[in-house]
Amino acid sequence: MKLQRHHLAWGLLIAGGLALAAAGEAMLSGYERTVLGFAGIYAMLAISLSFSNGLTGLFSLGHPAFMMVGGYVAAILTFPANRKGFMLPALPEWMASWQWPLFPATLAGGVAAALLAVVAGFPVLRLRGHYLAVATLGLIIILRVVINNADGLTRGALGLNGIPRHTDLWWILGWLALCLLVCWRLKYSSVGRSLLAIRENEMAAACMGVPRARAKLAAFTLGAFFAGVGGALWAHLLTNLTPGSFNIALAFMLVVMVVIGGSGSLIGAGVAAIAITFLSEALRPLEQAMGAYGLVQIVIALLLIAMLLLRPQGLFGSAEPAFLRPSTAEHRAARPLSQAEEREV
Amino acid sequence: MSGGYLLQQVLNGLVLGSFYALVAVGFSMIYGIVRLINFAHGDVVMVGAFAAFGILLVYGLPLWAAVLAVMTLGAILAMLIDLVAFRPQRGAPQVNGFITSLGVSILMQNLGILLLSGQPRPFNLPGWLRSNLELAGARVTVLELVTIVVTLLVLLGLTLFVRGTRLGIAMRATAENPAAAQLMGIKVNRAIATAFALGGALAALAGLLWAGRAGQIHPLMGFVPGLKAFVAAVIGGVGSLVGAVLGGYLLGFAEVLFVGLLPPAYGSYRDAFVFGLLILILLILPNGLLGRAAEERA
Repeated sequence: MKLQRHHLAWGLLIAGGLALAAAGEAMLSGYERTVLGFAGIYAMLAISLSFSNGLTGLFSLGHPAFMMVGGYVAAILTFPANRKGFMLPALPEWMASWQWPLFPATLAGGVAAALLAVVAGFPVLRLRGHYLAVATLGLIIILRVVINNADGLTRGALGLNGIPRHTDLWWILGWLALCLLVCWRLKYSSVGRSLLAIRENEMAAACMGVPRARAKLAAFTLGAFFAGVGGALWAHLLTNLTPGSFNIALAFMLVVMVVIGGSGSLIGAGVAAIAITFLSEALRPLEQAMGAYGLVQIVIALLLIAMLLLRPQGLFGSAEPAFLRPSTAEHRAARPLSQAEEREV
Repeated sequence: MSGGYLLQQVLNGLVLGSFYALVAVGFSMIYGIVRLINFAHGDVVMVGAFAAFGILLVYGLPLWAAVLAVMTLGAILAMLIDLVAFRPQRGAPQVNGFITSLGVSILMQNLGILLLSGQPRPFNLPGWLRSNLELAGARVTVLELVTIVVTLLVLLGLTLFVRGTRLGIAMRATAENPAAAQLMGIKVNRAIATAFALGGALAALAGLLWAGRAGQIHPLMGFVPGLKAFVAAVIGGVGSLVGAVLGGYLLGFAEVLFVGLLPPAYGSYRDAFVFGLLILILLILPNGLLGRAAEERA
């Protein structure tokens, strides 16, 4: 295999990520590491959302619901066994002595979220456009009510605190890389093209033999899996969870990241997620100093509206930056059309 | 179960249903004419409540004047939102308008927090509105009776407007087919602005009535009730005005019955119940009770 430009670019990206994680773990303060960690988690969430929402055109706002499931499942599994007895009395006997390490717990959180996505997906994915969006918003509210009321398992509105701080930058980097790898490989496979076809014209896709129900469910479930993983990492980074942690404002933030990055562009969503995390963290002291609560959200909402009015396709459209793509003719054919090319067609 | 208890539940259902109907009509009208689910619609309710706070409680205007002023304000606000956020994107994919409305909604909520503080503040209507009446064993406040009567009057007026006036006919024509309507010389943008204005006026009125009943107002008060009103619009069939009113009252009754008939422990599940109902309705009756099937064309 001949070494090409995109190999070099990927190598640099990976090396940069490793260096950042190493430097961050060694040199940054706890707060700075948390911010960096959040940037990574948001990037992973936005990439997975860009895959299911942007590429497939499923306008789901349900990511926080899946994060809630992943976060709570993982946190219950890793919770110190000696405190489980009195904090979570409704936990079955055989689970009370469990105290899992982070990785299997994260995986379990992701799987639980994916299972919910399969169950919820059957009815919900038959809906289109804004109906799907409102139904998935409803999913967030339903789940919040359920968690609020299951206080024997989740401590209800009090929230779970004292979750071990297992998440470090290495775990986040690892999951981010895995998420990007999986979504990227799928995007440039026949699966990805089926999904894109569904987005562009669902009926035409069905006529061409795309199994649309299965493909949509698969994309939705994959997004939910990484949302669950994200929730689990989040819980073990912040060390506390409440039913309100994963709210509608978060769903909005994630959608903003996808829209600004460009629907369907994985790198775009990741870059937008990191930029928005740092921007809101940078504005937070200002918000607090001026007592101007709501400022961060206002700035983000204005960014979104400006983007939709001035550049509705987002920073990258559906494409990925050219220097990360192989330049052979064969691969060029596999890349989704840009908006300009679409107009020509 | 006594007759009084039953009547009480019916009255509660009517009051809650009136609120949902007022907001759902706006959702439905705006969707019908521009195919847009306007998330910011629920926040017009919030602005209406705050406007009512100023007009009714600070300046002490009489109720009828406050109702008119709040409705005017809601209409202007909704037209402004359309002008700034939605009109520049006419013709863009549906989902863009939808995301924009989400952005406008978050913007309005946080502007509310920024300018008016996120703390709930008490909203105490003048005493005579809060006084209780006995009605065949059921208790009802004057405000609740006012809510029911005003809602019915306003909805009647709206129906007459949409059915009978030139502007109403222009609205319906635009909803039917914007391109054809434009070719017939109808000012499409004016028809759309009218739909937003009417929807905004009703939503702001709902804000006044809701705040009076809840006794407190805060900048996030509009969002979840707004979403529920959307559920009501879906039940009735989005795009149908009569359907929205019907859906509003049905949802109001369903919610009251859910809370009233089940043991109190389930009361906290009422929001979950409403959105569970939404998913169920969309599956069984995707076009709602009175909506028309959206045709699917390649």
